[in-house]
Amino acid sequence: MHGKALPYLLLMPATLFLCVFFLYPFALVAFEAVTRDGAFTLDNFRTMAGSWKFPVTVRNTLLLAAIVVPIQLAVALLMASVVSRLETGRSAALYIFAIPLGISDLAAGLIWLAIFDQSGFLNTLLSGLGIVDRPIMFLGYQSKLTIFIAVALAEIWRATAIMMVILVAGMGLIPKEYYEAAEVFGAGPWKRFVRITLPLLRPSLQTAIILRVILAFEVFAVVAALGGTNLPVLMGETYNWQFTLQDRNVAAASALLILAISIGFTLFFLRVLRVPKEARI
Amino acid sequence: MSAVAEAPIATAADARRAGGWLLVATAILLSVWVLLPIYLLIVNALSSPEQVTAFPKRFFPSFDVGSLSFFINFAGVARALWNSVLVATLTMILSIGFGAPAGYALSRFDFPGKGTFRFMVLMTRAFPLPLLALPLAVMFIRTGLDDTAIGLALVHTTLALPFAVLITFSLFSGIPVELEEAAWTLGCTRLQAFRKVILPLALPGIAASAVFAFTISWNEVFAAAVLTIENRTLTAFLLQSLGESPLYLKFAGGAALVVPALIFIFAVRKYLFAMWGIANR
Repeated sequence: MHGKALPYLLLMPATLFLCVFFLYPFALVAFEAVTRDGAFTLDNFRTMAGSWKFPVTVRNTLLLAAIVVPIQLAVALLMASVVSRLETGRSAALYIFAIPLGISDLAAGLIWLAIFDQSGFLNTLLSGLGIVDRPIMFLGYQSKLTIFIAVALAEIWRATAIMMVILVAGMGLIPKEYYEAAEVFGAGPWKRFVRITLPLLRPSLQTAIILRVILAFEVFAVVAALGGTNLPVLMGETYNWQFTLQDRNVAAASALLILAISIGFTLFFLRVLRVPKEARI
Repeated sequence: MSAVAEAPIATAADARRAGGWLLVATAILLSVWVLLPIYLLIVNALSSPEQVTAFPKRFFPSFDVGSLSFFINFAGVARALWNSVLVATLTMILSIGFGAPAGYALSRFDFPGKGTFRFMVLMTRAFPLPLLALPLAVMFIRTGLDDTAIGLALVHTTLALPFAVLITFSLFSGIPVELEEAAWTLGCTRLQAFRKVILPLALPGIAASAVFAFTISWNEVFAAAVLTIENRTLTAFLLQSLGESPLYLKFAGGAALVVPALIFIFAVRKYLFAMWGIANR
């Protein structure tokens, strides 16, 4: 076997696989979205946007991302700072903080259902403390706000870990000398965080935010477990078009919309948090 | 670090100690935030069905296996569990089988097209991959892969493959190429050198990324629900029975999803950075 051909041979299976199961399906979904019975049309998008649920769905999805992601960023920064500063119990803390990384979004939804359900732990606590007389229905169709809060909490709980791990790895790359120098010049912990950690963490912050924002638009099972159809989101509506309404062209249009939003935000964050080549560690 | 510990003024030492306590308190608080919801789900899973639906709730499990045995004996659950394991195992084999050679090629060779391949792998991250299941559903019906474990495993492999490539890439990069060269000069062929020198060193990391691929598939909900009808995985089964199933079935099912995930994450904890932190840069 010759050296020149070997790398290509090794890459071939993965490349072929990604062509068939990644590039081709995306071409297919784009094609299905703009055609119906073989003819080009934008009707699928019109049908999608014309549904009475559509404005609510888009609003819920964007609002959820807008509220959840910044909180997660703050919590992940806090977790990463704690982990990188702990001297004893560092690996234990890291493992515990990373646990939700391995937990399915459906399981996360069920976990928070145990808390927010009418006979759940939150009601038990509230009535035990004498705050309420009888259990409140947090997740009923009339309580959209509490459903939203429950979904947001479940999302924050579940998906902060992914940002945390990326940020911990990023913090590990920042040279210790910078902090020591800053301390010599009298910079307090907060100042060191704002002036050293945050700027030097920018590449990791960028990755973490992009990854997390994309996942935020994919929110699906958490909502299904906690809100059912009371809190429609884009991914859930896509599922509905495919199954309940049996219209895969509109489902494809809906999928394309999620894609477009994801790519749009990816490009936005790539630009806003751009790191010049010379400024990388 | 020890150089700065000798603070000349007592107040500085006090502030440091207070900071230390604050750090520990924050770490504990964050750990409780992560662990408490899981504990509450486990309490529910280990209580009898009557206790799960009763109000107020006990905050300790009664270690009654009523809910769990109801769950295991519920029609379709045993099969769903088996399907989940089967799909996850296939995903694991496919993603390592395709991913590890690519990771090795990226770490050992410089060749035209390397950048393009890396870009394609990284790009998969910027897409909501479960949506791929929609166009593939049609393609699978045509090819007879619909509602089969292997069909779903192929979709899950698109999720897991990028990780497998990037993890094995960083893994092989960490093994000095000189070891391999030494084996060649001693008369090993390329394949022998790989098998006898590199593979034993890389094996724990490869195993970790295999476990990670397994976890990704085990947890995936959307594609599983779209692509399986008769041969549903556990996540698909739980999602589609959310509407009608009693609470204790949901919680026992949630626990069945979470507990293996806890073990998986514990098993791969050392490699979390290679997987998320470094692989993302």
